[in-house]
Amino acid sequence: MAHYRLKAPLSDEDILRLHAGDTVTLDGIIFGIRDANLIRLFDKKVELPADLIPQLKGSIGIHTAPGVRKLHDGTYEKISIGTTTSYRMDRFTKGLLKDYGMKVIIGKGGLLEDGSQALVDFKGCYFTIIGGSAALETTQVEAIEDVWWEDLMPEAIWKFRVKDFGPLIVSIDAHGGNKYKDVKKVAKDNLDKLLESLN
Amino acid sequence: MAVIDYKANYTNVWEVDDNFYQYVEDTCKTLYIESLKDLPPDVRRALERAHEREELESGKEILSTLIKTVSTADDQKLLICQDTGIPVYFLKIGSQVRFDGIRLQQAIKKGTERATLEHPLRSSIVNTLTRKNHGTSTGNQVPVLHYEFVEGNEIEILIVPKGSGSENMSYLKMLTPAAGIEGIKKYVLECVFESGANPCPPTIVGIGLGGTADKCAALAKKAAAREVGSPNPDPDVRKLEEELYILINKMGLGAQGLGGSTTALAVHIEAADTHMTCNPVAVNMMCWPARRMRATFKSNQEPIISY
Ligand code: SF4
Repeated sequence: MAHYRLKAPLSDEDILRLHAGDTVTLDGIIFGIRDANLIRLFDKKVELPADLIPQLKGSIGIHTAPGVRKLHDGTYEKISIGTTTSYRMDRFTKGLLKDYGMKVIIGKGGLLEDGSQALVDFKGCYFTIIGGSAALETTQVEAIEDVWWEDLMPEAIWKFRVKDFGPLIVSIDAHGGNKYKDVKKVAKDNLDKLLESLN
Repeated sequence: MAVIDYKANYTNVWEVDDNFYQYVEDTCKTLYIESLKDLPPDVRRALERAHEREELESGKEILSTLIKTVSTADDQKLLICQDTGIPVYFLKIGSQVRFDGIRLQQAIKKGTERATLEHPLRSSIVNTLTRKNHGTSTGNQVPVLHYEFVEGNEIEILIVPKGSGSENMSYLKMLTPAAGIEGIKKYVLECVFESGANPCPPTIVGIGLGGTADKCAALAKKAAAREVGSPNPDPDVRKLEEELYILINKMGLGAQGLGGSTTALAVHIEAADTHMTCNPVAVNMMCWPARRMRATFKSNQEPIISY
């Protein structure tokens, strides 16, 4: 289990070095995405703002809708930034990687089969950030640099600059490694034994 | 409902005045904000205990991150989790209090809105069909209010901001009488397995037993909102709580569903009687930041705030 310090944009080589169980600390830019903006993009087929598209190549996304305060000059100040459960956005993983070149998705709870397979097919990784630990993560966000689709507030698309962001766990990698699956497999065996003992 | 022995006693009636509703509004604002920042002591102790006991190194590290999150929230007055949840309130209303229930509801809603706008807090409440966010953490039938009538001349308001990661992992099944207690145990184990990492474990597993389908689901939420480890007074129910706590933690899902022996911080059950053909079981989990805060109003006094 190795520890890496990473900064976007990330290349295929950066991704292929990572294995499930490794840990990561991030610096630099991450993009906040989630249900409403991904539904608009992929289901309602509304193209992303033109200035955002090139920034997504090699980028890192995080499943989130932050708590923020809007200032008089139109910028945003952080109140609370954490992560949300990823399975709801699983089916958008492929599009983010294939069409826009996103390399990493940060979230909690893991991805389903299709999303995990997209990581293998398009060389991406899923990093777990500890769910519920927004207080800690908020202190690691240096600035909210930009925002798109503000009408979806708080489910807009956010650009955060982070420093020492973590601890992050590489839980699903580009080689088919998947910590959640490993744990669930063991838990399933345990469950079966427990159910058996209750008969 | 222990109303059988109740003897009406109106020697100490509290007829609230207009100020009361303003107090309630101000207090609900405070309760919502503070409950998101300050974790109850029983939950803190449960996390510490879990951290001491966890043998898997990676699980121990996750638990220490949770503890660090709580202390960061304390030191920097931050929200523990960004999900401000669905505001749920449990009210206990004393038999000797006289008040206008509609004004009380309005005051609770207003306080919730003010917390959201004035702090500000992220509003998570949307119209279920149009998905439009109201920006106030309130809406049609939100906040969710539960009422209980008790003896005495106090009103207690308990807020439980319920995170959606854990709320989305809710279950209800009408088992058959033949499934028995073993069937209940099996179903709860399957639910916890199924929910995996999603409800931000370690969780408080709230279980409702009996009643009708709707009553059973409400009991599960009430159980999840109890103080960690507060045992059910019924010895049969308590025994089941203890057994399920051990069984669930034997599964090995662990903190954040990434392995270890800390899947549940506690198992709480609330039970009602049911129809002879029914055996309803509901599961409602509270994520590890099991947030709650309480205000107790007594005649013409500032409320007492506790957890
Ligand atoms: S489930 Fe609970 S801890 Fe997890 S993100 Fe939601 S509110 Fe926060």
